[in-house]
Amino acid sequence: MEATHAHGQDHAHDHGHGHPTGLMRWVTTTNHKDIGTLYLWFSFIMLLSGGTLALLIRAELFEPGMQIMRPEFFNQLTTMHGLIMVFGAIMPAFVGFANWQVPMMIGAPDMAFPRMNNWSFWLLPVAASLLIGSFFVPGGASAGGWTMYAPLFLQGGISNDMTIFAVHILGISSIMGAINIVTTILNLRAPGMTLMKMPLFVWTWLITAYLLIAVMPVLAGAVTMLLTDRHFGTSFFNAAGGGDPVMFQHIFWFFGHPEVYIMILPAFGIISQIIPTFSRKPLFGYASMVYATSSIAILSFMVWAHHMFTVGLPTAAQLFFMYATMLIAIPTGVKVFNWIATMWKGSMTFETPMLFAIAFVCLFTIGGFSGLVLAITPVDIQLQDTYYVVAHFHYVLVSGALFSIFAGVYFWLPKWTGHMYDEKLGKLHFWLSTIFFNVLFFPMHFLGLAGMPRRIPDYALQFADWNKVASIGAFGFGLSQLILLVVVLKCIKGGVKAEGRAWEGADSLEWTHLPSPAPYHTFETPPTVN
Amino acid sequence: MTGQTAQNRTILKKLLLVSVLMFGFGYALIPFYKKLCDVTGISKDKITVSNTQMDPARWVTVEFDANLGAKLPWIFEPQTTSLRIHPGEIKQVLYRVVNLTDRTIVGQAIPSYGPALAGAYFKKIACFCFTQQTLKPHEERLMPVQFVVQNDLPKDVHTITLSYTFYEQAKAGAT
Repeated sequence: MEATHAHGQDHAHDHGHGHPTGLMRWVTTTNHKDIGTLYLWFSFIMLLSGGTLALLIRAELFEPGMQIMRPEFFNQLTTMHGLIMVFGAIMPAFVGFANWQVPMMIGAPDMAFPRMNNWSFWLLPVAASLLIGSFFVPGGASAGGWTMYAPLFLQGGISNDMTIFAVHILGISSIMGAINIVTTILNLRAPGMTLMKMPLFVWTWLITAYLLIAVMPVLAGAVTMLLTDRHFGTSFFNAAGGGDPVMFQHIFWFFGHPEVYIMILPAFGIISQIIPTFSRKPLFGYASMVYATSSIAILSFMVWAHHMFTVGLPTAAQLFFMYATMLIAIPTGVKVFNWIATMWKGSMTFETPMLFAIAFVCLFTIGGFSGLVLAITPVDIQLQDTYYVVAHFHYVLVSGALFSIFAGVYFWLPKWTGHMYDEKLGKLHFWLSTIFFNVLFFPMHFLGLAGMPRRIPDYALQFADWNKVASIGAFGFGLSQLILLVVVLKCIKGGVKAEGRAWEGADSLEWTHLPSPAPYHTFETPPTVN
Repeated sequence: MTGQTAQNRTILKKLLLVSVLMFGFGYALIPFYKKLCDVTGISKDKITVSNTQMDPARWVTVEFDANLGAKLPWIFEPQTTSLRIHPGEIKQVLYRVVNLTDRTIVGQAIPSYGPALAGAYFKKIACFCFTQQTLKPHEERLMPVQFVVQNDLPKDVHTITLSYTFYEQAKAGAT
């Protein structure tokens, strides 16, 4: 423990010499690689927790009628599944990648604020305990949907306060993490690493970090207003006191829409590293990728009301938000075409990271198209709160964000552990995930078009067949994720020794300048980039 | 290294300032939206009764509904549950309200309409929902709503549901 006091204020990298071991190593660590590992494991545990809730949902929906739970518990499941997956699984996983990769990719010794980095992580388990613990308080967990809409969220028990507090903590963690990433990227790049030479993963994270700093405080404000409405007599959203529940939706989605890009831009970055590597060609249209990412980020602030087409917006507003939303398809299309052009005439090989990346491009695009369908106001009014919406956002968040995380894990595992993962098991994980994913979510398009509402524990008989199919897909998909756990554990324990440049086509600094596994301290003297 | 730290701190301070400003921005959205609705006239709060000529050829059914907000220990019910009227005709109905507790409670009723678009054509001339209602312990009261449905109501609307929800005013109440 004395070692924690040993290092001076500005010499976080001295920390490695005689640092604590065992549990205290992880609690006190300021090393970006340790913290990246913590983030990734935390995210995996949350993925399994949120996934378990999802499987309970699908078990109830396996057949029409009420079988295994009370409806109010079902509502708690859908709410907590959303919150845990968004804030516990997807976002921390990307921050984990940023911690591991950003310093290595720009030739920096560590993050700019190593101690703040430690805090950013250790706030997460606190928030997660509040969320999961809220299942056990009187009245059960929050049940008003992950969007926490007023007026439902103004009612209800103490679990709503726990959720609000958890969101505050998660917000603080995200803001600190984002400030750290921005500062690292702006100040700690190796000599010669100009902004336009940065790997695209670093670029996407720089833009994502700015988005986080801009919108997480708005969410914190919105939930603070909920809290004061609940307990301190304010009436921001309380109709009885002159407030307006729709106002909450406006503020929430001002955060919420950039939030969906916070969850997908780093995914674009990971995919933009992997596809060139396994196509053995430089990324097609690097500069246009950077501009496309920036324009998506800017546009994301102008489309929030497309989540609220049914609240009674004036026609002019509906038209504006419809066209603005459709405009996002242009920079996103630029990206998809660039990835395809990168693969064009490349010497492609199909290792697991590449398979996940290709599945990402195909399936994310399906999610993008169903998003365009939902952008059309009259169609959205028909499909609002149906399973079509559920299908849409799971195509972008599961086969989009989550698949990119899988791809990234397989891609960088050799660098992190020094061993190659088991390719056979990796491919098995890929094929089972991709097939079951489609069995799970594709039928939801049909259910939604046929009018099945979301967040309801029971349904009319005509929806029975596709729900059964989706539930089978859900259990297949959920269980397949255990293969990932096996692959990662096997890879940590041993396996074929990975070379420094484990992938033939990889050309960023962590592959060209560092051995595998990457040493605990890297780039203490910065490399020179030409 | 110290030059580096100073540079890092500068960025940290700037970004923290942005975070604080954005937190404030969330709050600023509320007056901003209110102003925007006033300026563009999106608000439906203003009562302007126009074209009240009665249309005897047309019938509209008005249904009355009553709800209580969370945990409000009152009885609240319409004396008339539905009424057939002509557009342009001025009508009055009564709602009964009883305070079941031993304390004085201040409540505020909030109206809503089904279909929502009918709200713009449903004009209340007098309503207990215009002001807060204070009920003494076990007090019972009949409260009127006087209204007219404008006869430019869209032709496909045949039934309008007027629904009130009473909420307890926590601050003004005896608690």
